Amino acid sequence: MSAAVAVGVLVAGGAYLVLQRGLLRVVLGFVLLGHAIVVLVLAAGGDGRGFPLPGNGAGAPADPLPQAFVLTAVVIAFAVTVYLLGLLRAGSTEPGPDDDDARGPG
Amino acid sequence: MNALVVAPVALPLVAAAVLLLAPRSVLLARALGIGTTGLVVVAAAVLLARTLTGEVPVVQVGGWPAGIAVVLALDAFGALLLLLTSAVTVLGLVYAIGTGEDRERTFTSLVLVMSAGVSGALSTADLFNLFVFVEVVLIPSYVLLTLAGRRQRIAGARLYVSVNLLASTLFLAGVGLLYGITGTVQLGELAGAATASTPAALAAALVLLAMGVKSAVVPLHSWLPGSYSVAGPAVTVLFSGLLTKVGLYALFRLYSVLFDGDRRFLWVLLALAVLTMVVGVLSAVGAKAVRPVLTAHMVSQIGYVLVGLGLSTVAGLGAATFFLVQYVLVKAALFMVGGAVEVRYGTDVLARLGGGLVHRERWLAVAFAGSALALVGIPPTSGFVAKLQLATAAAADGPWWVLVAVVAVSAVTLVSMLKLWNGVFWGEPSALPAPPRGPAATLVGPPLLLAAVALVLGIWAEPLLAASTIAGQQLADPSAWVAAVTR
Repeated sequence: MSAAVAVGVLVAGGAYLVLQRGLLRVVLGFVLLGHAIVVLVLAAGGDGRGFPLPGNGAGAPADPLPQAFVLTAVVIAFAVTVYLLGLLRAGSTEPGPDDDDARGPG
Repeated sequence: MNALVVAPVALPLVAAAVLLLAPRSVLLARALGIGTTGLVVVAAAVLLARTLTGEVPVVQVGGWPAGIAVVLALDAFGALLLLLTSAVTVLGLVYAIGTGEDRERTFTSLVLVMSAGVSGALSTADLFNLFVFVEVVLIPSYVLLTLAGRRQRIAGARLYVSVNLLASTLFLAGVGLLYGITGTVQLGELAGAATASTPAALAAALVLLAMGVKSAVVPLHSWLPGSYSVAGPAVTVLFSGLLTKVGLYALFRLYSVLFDGDRRFLWVLLALAVLTMVVGVLSAVGAKAVRPVLTAHMVSQIGYVLVGLGLSTVAGLGAATFFLVQYVLVKAALFMVGGAVEVRYGTDVLARLGGGLVHRERWLAVAFAGSALALVGIPPTSGFVAKLQLATAAAADGPWWVLVAVVAVSAVTLVSMLKLWNGVFWGEPSALPAPPRGPAATLVGPPLLLAAVALVLGIWAEPLLAASTIAGQQLADPSAWVAAVTR
């Protein structure tokens, strides 16, 4: 239940930020959405089976597969976020807009 | 012999690493890039020959037992697309010599990593690995898009990266939910899962939605024209041949395996396919430069391929496979011609070009004419055979409006190809200043070769027709593939 609420709040905040103008807010929105997915995948693996630590005595260890998924996904999301921030910086140092209107829509 | 399945993933990755470590040399990059992808083409051809006999080569990477191992497997559909994407990569690398884009330090390494990711995505039998391989394709593509970054390119890249990040997030959510519901992400064990339970169907639909964004299905397409038409010429060729095709492959594979070709949802796919065809072709009418017209047509051709999935009959899936193969080749040729004009005359805006290039650029005009006819579907080109197959399949099993759309959209395609022909090539000799030298062979050779292939595939279509029919049969009944990957 707490996981579901956490995912809901994170997705709501992330979706709100992604829909804002300004790339920085969009990036922050993606960070929140990424966190939401992390919680979602971990919860999907089942959080009722204790922690994956030896000797904590709470029965069977947790499912390691979602944790491996999340680890991979976090690394990828981190790399892409940093790249987006790089694009934000590269775009902001250039002079004003010079969109090539002659190429037309599409 | 099954180890050959790993080669298309491993070889380019190793070559990319070597290139990054080796001292900077354009010549070494060209030799290693074209040599490695050439080897991948050979491996793909050998694998295709084996899969056409009905065999499914499988590798459990690392020798782990089934259920734990990362499984790579190819059936006829996967092997055919592998051959296609690797061939386009080789020609794209040759073409990049002509446009000079491969002088960028990291260009060849990035393309190699991208091609490794495509091979992995085409051969993996695990939903989570599909996610990882799609990211392996996307991350080099982010960098390729911004090479030699002008402001316009940065703006395009922002859009492209954001949309793809959102799609990847959706994809991962779908994978996580599917894992929560079924307890596995192995596609073989997931076979038919979405027909068995409604929650699984919803989770799988989320995965399909994410792939719909990546393959630019209307109404999820609007990122594509904005980003593809600002990339470098050779980069656009590679993107058009590799990126959206991975999305399409995943749509076909996942619908075939997860939904088992469920007939209840086919009307959704058909409606989306027709919408994609119509919106794509109409947005090309308004575009005023070569590459925006071509990217808009890309959307419309994706709709054609989806018609086959929407029919989900052996004939429909086979026709879609044939269509996909010939359209990737033809579209690459058109992008190459457009890019060559841009490289030589500094613009691809029709009003600035003003027509008349046929007097100077004879071979480019020939390549454009051949591939444009194939895109429209005029006999005796490959496009005619592809559209005939698709229309026959739609007439046999689809509603009437699909058939009408297939024919009507072709007519509008002809209009915008004529617009490009008149705006770039036909008419009085051009007043633009002529470039000092004739075009390099690497700039004109690849599109000419592809246009010739389009003609050959139109006249001598039997081998590809046979292969795509086998691919269609295996997609309609994926039991052999499922049995192979769960063994």
